[in-house]
Amino acid sequence: MTRLPRWADLVLTPLISLVLAFGLSALVILAIGESPWLALKTMVTGALGSSYGWGYTLYYATNFVFTGLAVAVAYHAGLFNIGGEGQAAMGGLGVALVCLALPWPHWALALPAAMLGGAAFGALWALIPAWLQAKRGSHIVITTIMFNFIAAAALNYLLANVLRPTGSMDPATARFPEGTALPRLTDMAAALGLDWGKATPANVSFLVALAACGLVWLLIWRTRLGYEIRAFGKSERAARYAGISPARITVVAMLISGGLAGLMAINNVMGEAGRLVLNSVEGAGFIGIAVALMGRNHPLGILLAALLFGFLYQGGGELALFTQIPRELIVVIQALVILFTGALDNMVRMLIAPLFARRGGA
Amino acid sequence: MGLTAATGDAARPATAAPPAIELRGISKAFGPVQANRDIALAVRRGTIHGIVGENGAGKSTLMSILYGFYRPDAGQILIDGREVAIRDSQAAIRAGIGMVFQHFKLVPNFTVLENVILGAEDGALLAPSLGRARRELRQLAADYQLEVDPDAVVEDLSVGHQQRVEILKALYRRADILILDEPTGVLTPPEADHLFRILRGLRDQGATVILITHKLREIMQITDAVSVMRRGEMVATVPTADTTPEALAELMVGRKVLLRVDKAPAAPGAPVMELAGLRMVDADGVERLRGIDLTVRAGEILGIAGVSGNGQSQLLQILGGYPEPGAQVTGRATLKGAALPLAGADARQRRRVGIGNIPEDRQAEGLVMDFAAWENMVFGHHRDPEYQAGAMMDNDAIRQRTARLMQRFDVRPPLSDLAARNFSGGNQQKIVCAREIEEGPALLLVGQPTRGVDIGAIEFIHRRLVEMRDAGAAILLVSVELDEILALSDRIAVMFDGRIMGERLPGATTAGELGLMMAGVGEGRAR
Amino acid sequence: MDLATLLQILDSATRLMAPLLLACLAGLWSERAGVFDIGLEGKMLIAAFAAAAVAAVTGSVWAGLAAGIGASLALACVHALAAITFRGNQLISGVAINFLASGLTVLLGQSWFGLGGRTPSLEGAARFAPVTLPGAEALRGVPVIGPLYAEVLSGHTPLVYLALALVPATGWVLYRTRFGLRLRAVGENPASVDTAGVSVVRLRWAAVLIAGVLCGVAGAYLATGLSAGFVKEMTAGRGYIALAALIFANWRPWRALGATFLFGLMEAVANRFPSLELGPITVPSMVMTALPYILTVIILAGFIGRATPPRAGGEPYVKER
Repeated sequence: MTRLPRWADLVLTPLISLVLAFGLSALVILAIGESPWLALKTMVTGALGSSYGWGYTLYYATNFVFTGLAVAVAYHAGLFNIGGEGQAAMGGLGVALVCLALPWPHWALALPAAMLGGAAFGALWALIPAWLQAKRGSHIVITTIMFNFIAAAALNYLLANVLRPTGSMDPATARFPEGTALPRLTDMAAALGLDWGKATPANVSFLVALAACGLVWLLIWRTRLGYEIRAFGKSERAARYAGISPARITVVAMLISGGLAGLMAINNVMGEAGRLVLNSVEGAGFIGIAVALMGRNHPLGILLAALLFGFLYQGGGELALFTQIPRELIVVIQALVILFTGALDNMVRMLIAPLFARRGGA
Repeated sequence: MGLTAATGDAARPATAAPPAIELRGISKAFGPVQANRDIALAVRRGTIHGIVGENGAGKSTLMSILYGFYRPDAGQILIDGREVAIRDSQAAIRAGIGMVFQHFKLVPNFTVLENVILGAEDGALLAPSLGRARRELRQLAADYQLEVDPDAVVEDLSVGHQQRVEILKALYRRADILILDEPTGVLTPPEADHLFRILRGLRDQGATVILITHKLREIMQITDAVSVMRRGEMVATVPTADTTPEALAELMVGRKVLLRVDKAPAAPGAPVMELAGLRMVDADGVERLRGIDLTVRAGEILGIAGVSGNGQSQLLQILGGYPEPGAQVTGRATLKGAALPLAGADARQRRRVGIGNIPEDRQAEGLVMDFAAWENMVFGHHRDPEYQAGAMMDNDAIRQRTARLMQRFDVRPPLSDLAARNFSGGNQQKIVCAREIEEGPALLLVGQPTRGVDIGAIEFIHRRLVEMRDAGAAILLVSVELDEILALSDRIAVMFDGRIMGERLPGATTAGELGLMMAGVGEGRAR
Repeated sequence: MDLATLLQILDSATRLMAPLLLACLAGLWSERAGVFDIGLEGKMLIAAFAAAAVAAVTGSVWAGLAAGIGASLALACVHALAAITFRGNQLISGVAINFLASGLTVLLGQSWFGLGGRTPSLEGAARFAPVTLPGAEALRGVPVIGPLYAEVLSGHTPLVYLALALVPATGWVLYRTRFGLRLRAVGENPASVDTAGVSVVRLRWAAVLIAGVLCGVAGAYLATGLSAGFVKEMTAGRGYIALAALIFANWRPWRALGATFLFGLMEAVANRFPSLELGPITVPSMVMTALPYILTVIILAGFIGRATPPRAGGEPYVKER
């Protein structure tokens, strides 16, 4: 395998992958008779050209930080958690149940409780695949896929038959009480005397996401648990030799991973919708895969990648409004990013290897 | 059959015939590593030719080139005097070369017949090939003592039988040049003897056999000529009758080798660990350990001799606190007089009570290859209080300790941020030894301490182990290298089929006696 | 439940089984050669779209079928390139392919037809017509066998019969031919094939391409046989159910038929009875929808039977020194 300097592997490989993904997407846009340049301009203007666009970009990025961190923590333990979608959906259920359980007097009380609820439900949804992998050797990729579908069916049932308020036709829960409304970033900016991000859903969850990045970094690179997670992820046999229990690490890493995915619900369910609706996750669980791969499973990289995907998501919505290009373009870009950073990474490395061959001498 | 034709060739005077294989100026580099440098070799038809060399001397690379696995950077290959281009294994097979790898290349859930015809089928449909193979196998079995049930599923066969399947595969492809890479590493002495009978039979019918090994005894026993490789170069080729093991060893390492370790007589103290009736049944229900009784005393090295696969690994893993998943362990053990739980074991608990562990496979167990040296230097001890700073790990303390130990154990290069995989085998092993020895265990488990380690590091590691013994530690040494066991041990126990066959003192036994015991012949057999 | 309903359900189960069976066999070919394929869903989806689009434009269902196979093969090539040639992560490649299909179908569909990702409805020669099997009418009177033959087995589109025929064909090729022997070997221990002088890369490419063709047929059937056109996300998780069926079938062709029929039956029952009343308890349809996934988890957990996947599955082959 081609060896590259560490910085090139960490920075250059994802960047080249991104350029390739954008380049191919531009070809697709050309193929359907639209202008890639116009598309890019529309996206940049729509997502970054105003504080309104930034508000949405940050809102989406918040989701992706949580799901990206979820994928990354599992990945460090050598586990590929494709179940972020289902775990985030279940997190939504947890957040909804907490928010509806009490007439919360203030968001500062409701938020920690909702975080606990969301994280607990997400973690529990990851627990069964984790336990099956640890104790029965069931392939976690397949079981987490299956659990995405089971979560969808379960929420479908609960929202249509159990949680739907009587008289409502909408498969959704009742509105959460007033006291659960999270402060939006625009309100916080206004408190500082700034006019920023009017009518955007970006809320205090973004700050929670930033804190989560820091905590995950500490967890993985500074704590004993993180050391054990990384050791297990690199070599199960070595972990066993060192007295690190594979079953324990598998379960704990997946609990943390599922918990992070479930935490996402404080943003989309509590912060934005104010109730739990069908398909509230909208693919953010899957985008977490692209975000983690692109961010090289490092919290800082994940934050940057989440911002990028937040931008793509918001920009993609603008595309659909102002051009003939549907927002599914984003799904294509997401797919290409996953492909180049996660599956064709060796090809990308081979592409840039000649740049380093002359100086390295090897 | 190719071999019957070859018999005709052998009837001609051997001197007139060109060599079966001739290599001229073969060179091959992997990145900066020159694995083979300007190799010349001629192997006469109808002979058994040994190739010896240390680990990493380039033997396997050279044979992989001959079998078309790698393309040489330079050089020529001549078969029977004609130059051939061996681009891939298919070309090697066409040239009449067959190879028995150290790790068998069999499909475990296929039958013997299916494995034999794989890649050498007669046509698009299987039935005719299977029929022909069945007839030919019967013939080969009769000719060369290669009996195997053609319908047996390979994973159900013993290692010795699986090796026969590999040989049958080569013969079915009409190979008349057979290369065997370390073929006896997994065999018991009687199985090895049977293999040698097969190889002699093949030679007598005109086939050419190349035997790669690092066991000088085998070379003396069976080969007609021997070539020695050192650091990628071919340093000598001599008729076996004209050389001695000592001379070969000197050629292998390039200087006089002390096959003995200088050590004072042991002064054994009180028992450190006592083990009684240790049994282990693995997840498949196979009994791997059948009642092991052992005592290791302070200040002695107890060596466990045996062919690999006779339960030594399981013994070390159980004592180290990490039996394979699904295993059922029973028996009693004490460490320094206190009970040592055998079942439900925990590797951390073992370290707490003072058991150190240099594992058999440092790359898969002893080290996390992607971790930096400093991270590896506390591996297994990473929860010890001295490496903690509140809720976090005290990375500065760990780095300081690493720097100290790298110096004390002469780890090169002394870079604590370098990932373990970037060190040589010997230096990797020094990192493991530094970590385990410096924790000052009462009992040190040592598995294959010098496998894949260069001579310099072997001497260094052996000295450290003897120093530890002299300081009063108990050492349990497992090695498949009989020479290493004989050189280091103060007492030797021989393991066979999950049992201790008996104990001997190194001064009062011979390699021959130990070899018989390793084959299951001896006092422990009747139960 | 009367006999007519039962026959209807069995008939619809057979119809719903066909795409699952084709996709399941696709997965079987790929995974038996040691290449995991969680991109069945995406390949089916893009094939459904291509088949519907081309059938709509040309009016020929056969042109549609060819286009479907072609589109699926293109994605199979991406997978093979990533998973085999560049030794990338097979699971991640599959995930990428699923998203690629999901995005491209809507993107292209919207730009070509402007129907929000749908293709125009297909009719006449742009769809597969049912085939009445010989003697179906004559046998109808025979008790049990007659109605089963006439109502359940007869009257499907040709692709259903193709799917059924592919079961013995797959079994025969895998277990009776040289190609099958080598293919199975490469999924268990690729080194055995490599040292025998046979190309691991070529065998695996062949297997992945076969999977591509089968997914293409499956997708084309969805859009031009089962329905009359493409709608957004019309595979609706069938690729994953096929994957579940493959595990259920323990990677064997005849068991794949059984597993996919079972899952087809569940879907048929869920369609027919949105909520199933079993005495005192009412089973909501969501349970039926989720049942294949739940069953697969139970199988994977090893509580019923034991799933033993090909040993070399998921591992890129690297020659060792």
